[in-house]
Amino acid sequence: MLGMSFTSFVTQLFIGLQIGMVYVLLAIGLSLIFGLMTVVNFAHGTFFMFGAYMGLFMVGLTGNFWISLLFVPLATGLLGLIVEKVTIRRLYGRDLNYPLLLTFGLSFVMVEGVRLIWGTSGSPFDTPSALVGPVNLGFAMFPKYRVFVIVATAVIVLALWLFLEKTDLGLIIRAGTRDSLMVRALGIDISKIWFLVFGMGTGLAGIAGLLAAPMRGVHPDMGIEMLIDSFVVVVVGGMGSIWGAVVAGILIGEVVSMITFFYPMMGEVAIFIFMAIVLLIRPSGLFGEAGLLE
Amino acid sequence: MGISARGFFLSRSHLLFILFLTVFPFIVPYTAIANQILIFGLFAMGYNILLGNTGLLSFGHAALFGLGAYGAGMALVYLKTGLFTGILIGVAAASMGAAGIGYFCLKRRGIYFGMLTLAFAQLLYFLALTVFDKYTGGDDGLRNIPLPPVSVPGVFSVSIDGPLRFYYFLFVICALSLLVIRRILDSPFGTVLQAIRENEKRAKSCGYNVNRVKWIAFVFSGFFSGLAGALYAVYFHLAPLNTLYWTTSGSVVMMTILGGMGTFVGPFIGAAIFLLLQDLLSTVTKSWQLFVGGIFMLFVLFFPEGIWGTLQEKIRFRDVQE
Repeated sequence: MLGMSFTSFVTQLFIGLQIGMVYVLLAIGLSLIFGLMTVVNFAHGTFFMFGAYMGLFMVGLTGNFWISLLFVPLATGLLGLIVEKVTIRRLYGRDLNYPLLLTFGLSFVMVEGVRLIWGTSGSPFDTPSALVGPVNLGFAMFPKYRVFVIVATAVIVLALWLFLEKTDLGLIIRAGTRDSLMVRALGIDISKIWFLVFGMGTGLAGIAGLLAAPMRGVHPDMGIEMLIDSFVVVVVGGMGSIWGAVVAGILIGEVVSMITFFYPMMGEVAIFIFMAIVLLIRPSGLFGEAGLLE
Repeated sequence: MGISARGFFLSRSHLLFILFLTVFPFIVPYTAIANQILIFGLFAMGYNILLGNTGLLSFGHAALFGLGAYGAGMALVYLKTGLFTGILIGVAAASMGAAGIGYFCLKRRGIYFGMLTLAFAQLLYFLALTVFDKYTGGDDGLRNIPLPPVSVPGVFSVSIDGPLRFYYFLFVICALSLLVIRRILDSPFGTVLQAIRENEKRAKSCGYNVNRVKWIAFVFSGFFSGLAGALYAVYFHLAPLNTLYWTTSGSVVMMTILGGMGTFVGPFIGAAIFLLLQDLLSTVTKSWQLFVGGIFMLFVLFFPEGIWGTLQEKIRFRDVQE
């Protein structure tokens, strides 16, 4: 690495890990919803944005980031539940394109709604006071908040994995991903599970938005670019498993971080070029389970 | 709709539609919006070669529209070409772009296709914004694109500056394009597209090279989307950066669904209604997207056939009853 010290290299790796962690949360939500319901949630990025604004709202109300951390996934998840119940539910059994189109329209409505309430210009988001400043990781100084994001995401992903692997409900969700007809034949009301999983997925998007907010501020348009990036993660990693999302998310985070460091001009296009290369070498994605979800 | 042996001729209703377009600028509130409707109507019809006829949902047609706009704009600004050469260069850029993007996006099937088109369009957007901003004008877009006269050197030369003159120039191009698109869809190739839309696996087992056919449809779609983009650039003397932004892809999706993706002229009607609605709403409220998005959701839920498709169903149903 030309002229790059070991410390700055490791710091850059760490930044990549942190960027990747936000992708991971979004990609897991997308995969969960798609895997079970075959719904591509185009509004996933908008729920991310909505989560950030809900955080802004709650922090403004209580002045406490930790209460928001509990409130945001509940509020965003609740909105997801309402959306599923009122709209998406009507489209089951129709062509896969319809839920995608519907959530596409929904993202316009939500973005415009947020603009109406909070204005078009966006606003900064204060880092919670306990997490301001750097922390010494031994090899480098690193902002406390970013370390917190990495740890928090790891905890969430682990909890989710335990939930899916160790609980009865998790078992039903995994079974539903394989063959929802068979699950229904066994006497389980799968539509209730779909309802729940849509709420879970959107809740995860909301928490990702809140976690990202102190690093980038909040803005009505922050969702769509995040959505496109998470689509790239999903294309690279496949929508088959949590671990696919984790590995692909972190990998993309590292690509963004490294390329931005070496060629700042290429920062925004790097992720797409990386995706094109993956498509050329492994058309079915890095962990391709071709056929299952295509 | 349906398969027919009409050959090169348009059906009576399509001829009526083209006749209607000759008086169209005198019906709408002002001529400029008629021009926009023709441009986006052409774009939506090009888009519908993929969505309505092949069943492929692309969220990245801004890339092709934008390539047409920037291609024509750069040719006219930097190479100082004539009008038709400029437009042709734009169309060529879009078709080649479609060939490249289509090659990558069709490597993954199903729902991944839409995600990939969106991603590649975003790639082009960022390339125009940062990497090639010296040539594209970056955030400001490509400005001061000239509008040369329609001319055959030494024979004649007619200026098409001015909304109404430009309208009839557009009209000729759109009518010809309609004819060509109809011809493509009525050909055996068009029938294969329908077969893929209805049942891809069966089309494959009939021996069609499904991926190749989809790719060709993508390039055709790119050709007409690029033509619309090139016309946009010469009409507005400008290739704005947002022609490449995802919102442009979003608009064409909405227009096509609103009008009716299962019909031939539906997308055109969708474009007209979308633009008139946007024009009307934006004088009343800043949040017109809220209403357009809401209306779009209602259509997806309750009228997935779109306005024209639903009307056609009604008429057909009445005919059957009589």
